[in-house]
Amino acid sequence: MQVPAQVEYEKATSVRHALTLLARYGSAARVLAGGHSLIPMMKLRLAQPEVLIDINGITDLCYVNLTGAQLRIGTLTRHAQLLESQIAGEHFAILHDAERVIADPIVRNWGTVGGSLCQADPSEDLSAAFAAMKATMVIQGPDGSREVSAREFHTGPYETVVGPAELLTEIKLPIRPGGGSGYQKVSRRTGDWPVGAAGAAVWLSGDTIADAGIGLTAVGATHFAAAEAEEYLRDRTATEQTLARAGDIAAENCRPVTDQRGPADYKRHLARELTTRALRLAVARARGQAA
Amino acid sequence: MKVTVTVNGAEYVRDVEPRLLLIHLLRDELGLTGSHWGCDTSNCGACVVWLDETPVKSCTVLAVMADGRQVMTVEGLGSSTSLDPVQQGFAQCHGLQCGFCTPGMMLTARWLLNRNPDPSAAEVREAISGQICRCTGYENIVRAVLWAAKNGGTG
Repeated sequence: MQVPAQVEYEKATSVRHALTLLARYGSAARVLAGGHSLIPMMKLRLAQPEVLIDINGITDLCYVNLTGAQLRIGTLTRHAQLLESQIAGEHFAILHDAERVIADPIVRNWGTVGGSLCQADPSEDLSAAFAAMKATMVIQGPDGSREVSAREFHTGPYETVVGPAELLTEIKLPIRPGGGSGYQKVSRRTGDWPVGAAGAAVWLSGDTIADAGIGLTAVGATHFAAAEAEEYLRDRTATEQTLARAGDIAAENCRPVTDQRGPADYKRHLARELTTRALRLAVARARGQAA
Repeated sequence: MKVTVTVNGAEYVRDVEPRLLLIHLLRDELGLTGSHWGCDTSNCGACVVWLDETPVKSCTVLAVMADGRQVMTVEGLGSSTSLDPVQQGFAQCHGLQCGFCTPGMMLTARWLLNRNPDPSAAEVREAISGQICRCTGYENIVRAVLWAAKNGGTG
């Protein structure tokens, strides 16, 4: 039988209230959103907070909306809500690709976008999707709000830049012309963590790749991104050969490790193949040739 | 900590430790043993109950998180005189053998049919993909849900 250790509990009723509680308890506290990462970690004693600050009542943080040329996602948005959001799918097909393969429908009903990001598991899917989309994270703290890029958000496995007195409140995705995106994942069984996965976004100007974003997860990529491959793609023509070469570069620059999900060389193979497939899908979508 | 939870329409007030899991509140404190306690790791889905409008895995939800919310367990499905079409489907199509996964499967099936009254077999499989059955090979569960869709649908 697995149960969490004894813990105190506070229910936050607003972002301001959550910040007051976080300021009071500091690093003794953990924010409880859906709990689908944190509660299992507490059962295993890998997380032992003294206080839980439950933010599930802050429904202000549950939204997916379009503001100007940005898609904004509140961090308490459940995975299922993001998957059901038509505007998210319309502008960023990668989000629906990724959400379809995150855990299972029941877990997605309660697990949250912000919770997944703040858990910062090195195999987490949305981290790669947001890295590919060059998202911006909005973090609120006692001194107001600050923004960091998705690529500065993670500081290591299970670590982020969100301080003990801070709360991740929003993810912003810029909408730019000529864009297409896609996500490709290989896992051992339905609903599992990836053995390897790649997300790609391209912004085309005619046949030229004006900009590209590549996110990788579970394969030891720095900041969940393949920066060298993105650099290679910029201003090149989107040919099959170019996309394959970007896959090679992505694979060369990640550092997968052998673990229970697979050997390092297989994961490197996946980094190459899935990067190329995700790019292919992103380009086809940018051209309006794929759903 | 005091929690007030409405389960199957009845309000319960209990004083619980914050670490108590919802599945244990239901089974041990409220005596509602229809919800099964399985893998403890949110993989198997034996503990699925509805929390407000959606099914969740109650081994991964704290009882305090259900404070002020509505819970529906298998005991709230149908009544002693009139079974939910999903329950009838499981009976008609032999949708269970040992029965351990059944409460969770039926609650997910009811949620699916409320949202999608005429699902394809693939949609049923997707809906129950986070729940494990070791007896039926899923085939009869899928048949049972499709039977319910054809015979009573939303119940």
